[in-house]
Amino acid sequence: MLLKIKKHSDIGSSEITPEHIYHDRRRFMQQSGRFALAGLGLMLAGCSQEGEAKAISKQPQDGVIPSQPGPEWLKKQVLAFNPDVYTTTEALTPHQVVTSYNNFYEFGTGKGDPLRNAHSLKTDPWSVVVEGEVAKPGRYHLEDILKPHGMEERIYRLRCVEAWSMVIPWIGIPLANILKQFEPTSKARFVEFTTLHDPEQMPGQKASFGSLDWPYVEGLRIDEAMNPLTLMATGLYGDILPNQNGAPFRLVVPWKYGFKSIKSIVKIRLTEQQPKTTWETSAPQEYGFYANVNPAVDHPRWSQKHERRLPGTLLAPNRIETQPFNGYGEEVADLYKGMDLTRFY
Amino acid sequence: MDRVANIKLAVFPLSLFPLADLIIKALENNLGPDPASALTHGLGEWALIFLLLSLAISPARRLTGIGKLIRFRRMLGLFALFYAVLHLLAYLAFMLSWEWLTLLEDLYKRSYIIVGAFSLSILVALGVTSTKKMMKRLGKQWLQLHRLVYVAAVLAVIHFLWLVKSDYTEPVIYGALLAILLLLRARVFSFGRKR
Repeated sequence: MLLKIKKHSDIGSSEITPEHIYHDRRRFMQQSGRFALAGLGLMLAGCSQEGEAKAISKQPQDGVIPSQPGPEWLKKQVLAFNPDVYTTTEALTPHQVVTSYNNFYEFGTGKGDPLRNAHSLKTDPWSVVVEGEVAKPGRYHLEDILKPHGMEERIYRLRCVEAWSMVIPWIGIPLANILKQFEPTSKARFVEFTTLHDPEQMPGQKASFGSLDWPYVEGLRIDEAMNPLTLMATGLYGDILPNQNGAPFRLVVPWKYGFKSIKSIVKIRLTEQQPKTTWETSAPQEYGFYANVNPAVDHPRWSQKHERRLPGTLLAPNRIETQPFNGYGEEVADLYKGMDLTRFY
Repeated sequence: MDRVANIKLAVFPLSLFPLADLIIKALENNLGPDPASALTHGLGEWALIFLLLSLAISPARRLTGIGKLIRFRRMLGLFALFYAVLHLLAYLAFMLSWEWLTLLEDLYKRSYIIVGAFSLSILVALGVTSTKKMMKRLGKQWLQLHRLVYVAAVLAVIHFLWLVKSDYTEPVIYGALLAILLLLRARVFSFGRKR
């Protein structure tokens, strides 16, 4: 069943950055060129208003989004996506920024490292182990996990715990649909996800002065996992996921800080106990299990009241107020009724 | 004009090169999608580099026997102060949009900011008292006051270390360089006493 979720904060798709510019590559090219010129103009004029600079960035001037290498079956399924299932009025973060400014420490801690290094990740064939409290555990080919489902496009805000944010057009399948296919038992209270652990493919896992233990582990409460907003993404900007964005199969939980949205998943385990997640293990006083976007609860070392919507320029840093639950409160606030979110951060 | 003065004339614009590079990148919109953060971190890192360079002068003099090197020390120290002040201004202008209240909140809540602020305050005090006039006026106290540069450097490294999320490589490298520079001094002091 397809959900057409529309909330008060949304305006029709016609008001998004003109007509999904990325679906029409020629138009995308013209757009990005125009934005780049506008950006230059703003820089030269030495003044600008916030908001105007939303899409300013140094675009590859050929304007064509490079096609991602990947298995044909996946391409075919991703490209048949149902557009506009969930949208926002905000301007999209340009493709070039979404695919070149990444936190994916398995490929290095610099923002540009994943783009530089992720070519060593082999995403085909890809299998996922499903285990724990499910009636149908086993090791599954990614193709068999995805095949029964239709792909949906969902444009979500992504708020990083480092106080920057993006707006990203994902393509994927609601996690609930995927989980149901393995028939969780009544004991399944949490879902634990694990990223591939292979230092040969993921050079960042060899790093010596890092504080994280590999493999990367994340988790959700079962009701969070089953929420219609929670997505398993296999695509981005009308194509399959680039490696640096977590190919071939990643989680997207838009009301939580970005580190919850674990990438390149090889294991899904349903459990009775709350999973021990990577960042929580590394610094429990700074990163909690829930990690809901919350301007009222600061990171101990910096404020979470504002965010820089990327891309910014120095004259227009796009500094905006952070919304509780990243603006998805209407859909998810009920999940946390009666909980002290200062304690369960 | 002597040779040292000539070299100083060359070192001065060279020291401005990192700033010019950052400004050109900013104007070309070439600092990445988060230029506020890139600029602030870049300026902070250069402040630390100049601080370490100024601390390297004395050991370098002892090791090479070139006494004239001392004439570069004040200039390098003042460049450390220069970049540290720009670092603070970039933070205030581009990260906080001039929200002074947020800065005040940072100054009592966030340990890495507090430590950075202490380090910068020391550099300001040393900068203000760096003239020949002040040297004469303060006499013996001048040396005691300027020994605080060691504290400023240690605090600057801690400031860097505490803002890192997970990858400590860079601050560990700077910390190791600082440790070497301080250890060289400890040895020099003990030798000096024996002689």
